[in-house]
Amino acid sequence: MTGVRVLVGTRKGAFVLTADGSRRDWQVSGPHFAGWEIYHVAGSPADPNRLYASQSSGWFGQVVQRSDDGGRTWAPQPGTFSYEGEVGPHQYYDGTPRPWSFTRVWHFEPTREDPDTVYAGVEDAALFRTTDGGASWQELPALRQHRTGPDWAPGAGGMCLHTIILDPKKADRIYAAISAAGVFRSDDAGASWRPINQGLHSEGIPDQQAEVGHCVHHVAQHPDRPDVLYMQKHWDVMRSNDSGESWTEISGNLPTDFGFPIAVHAHEPDTVYVLPITSDANHVVMDGKLRVYRSRTGGHEWEPLTAGLPQQNCYVNVLRDAMAVDTLDECGLYFGTTGGQVYASADSGDSWAPIVRDLPAVLSVEVQTLP
Amino acid sequence: MTTTAIRVILPAHLRELAHVHGEVELDVDGPVTQRSVLDALEAQLPVLVGRVRDHQTQQRRGFVRFYACQEDLSHEPPDDPLPAAVAQGQEPFMIVGAMAGG
Repeated sequence: MTGVRVLVGTRKGAFVLTADGSRRDWQVSGPHFAGWEIYHVAGSPADPNRLYASQSSGWFGQVVQRSDDGGRTWAPQPGTFSYEGEVGPHQYYDGTPRPWSFTRVWHFEPTREDPDTVYAGVEDAALFRTTDGGASWQELPALRQHRTGPDWAPGAGGMCLHTIILDPKKADRIYAAISAAGVFRSDDAGASWRPINQGLHSEGIPDQQAEVGHCVHHVAQHPDRPDVLYMQKHWDVMRSNDSGESWTEISGNLPTDFGFPIAVHAHEPDTVYVLPITSDANHVVMDGKLRVYRSRTGGHEWEPLTAGLPQQNCYVNVLRDAMAVDTLDECGLYFGTTGGQVYASADSGDSWAPIVRDLPAVLSVEVQTLP
Repeated sequence: MTTTAIRVILPAHLRELAHVHGEVELDVDGPVTQRSVLDALEAQLPVLVGRVRDHQTQQRRGFVRFYACQEDLSHEPPDDPLPAAVAQGQEPFMIVGAMAGG
């Protein structure tokens, strides 16, 4: 029977949550890598039993773990992350130059075709790739070496490359988003890059036409309509209809347009989900209410989804990589909170129920739809 | 060339990573120094390569400290001899995650 596997990264380990297609009864496995920060766990579209986990620690550095059996067993991989060539400076928070320094992997993007080929977005911002399942990693240096690189600066969470989109229809097209530089696009498989941030108007940037310096929090795409991109920026929810060449705001009637995650329905390219939080100064949901907002019109018009979610005394956040959709006939949605709850909806967001309530703070949520 | 059994205590995170329970015992060839102990540790438990020392520079990671015989040896030169009690296997060489962040 078709089922789902939800991959959860937390501040203190990884968890694997599984259910059949009804998505009512869940089995919880974990913690894996107890005590370590797990920024991301991702499964290969080419082989759902192949998983990659980013295991890191401020004390002991980065480990990449790999599972070949759907998360039952794991093995650390020997590959390391070294920037190619000369490492120049980027800006620090105070505007002073600081050399690029590797901290951790924020995001894995396994390719559709090959379970051994995976892209990794890292802090300080750069894009790496393995073609041997994590035995070795090579940087695609043209992004970090872009002429605007010396002007990039970190967001509050660090200067991280957090979003990687491999275009499903143009094999050589890659999108990468960096906080707080912006979105970049390559049309030649990473050999060269162009910032695609026109139309992003960000408070605190004197030049509203600045080609970099935008705090993009997350970008989402529907595979059937890949030229349309949706973005949750620091403030503002944005949309591009032309592969990022231009952006327009679609925040519409949202009560606040600050947030981190954004996701697109698996079968409806105009159905978009965000999870707004109060403000840049207050990273919790508004008014003590945990509300997902859904637009069925590609933006502008949003409805709160509250059934099954706490509507009082709730003060959590949902981070940028902590919302995901499955591809079952009735699309399922999942998100994890900084309070350790993982919620699931088996009906496109109409109703919700917690899978688990008391995990460590959730950093990332991915879901695999299993054959 | 003499071989000495050296006792090493890992921090909890690294015991979890390396699937180690209790102390690690290492055979160290020649002089017993930070470098020779860490070389032997990484040879016996390759998953620890890069965890205690940077995998490129071989420098001690910033929040890792080395203690033995009630002494902080973190800033001692890596090729200086470790205390005799460590070299003779009487006292452990302790790799410690520095306290930071409360």
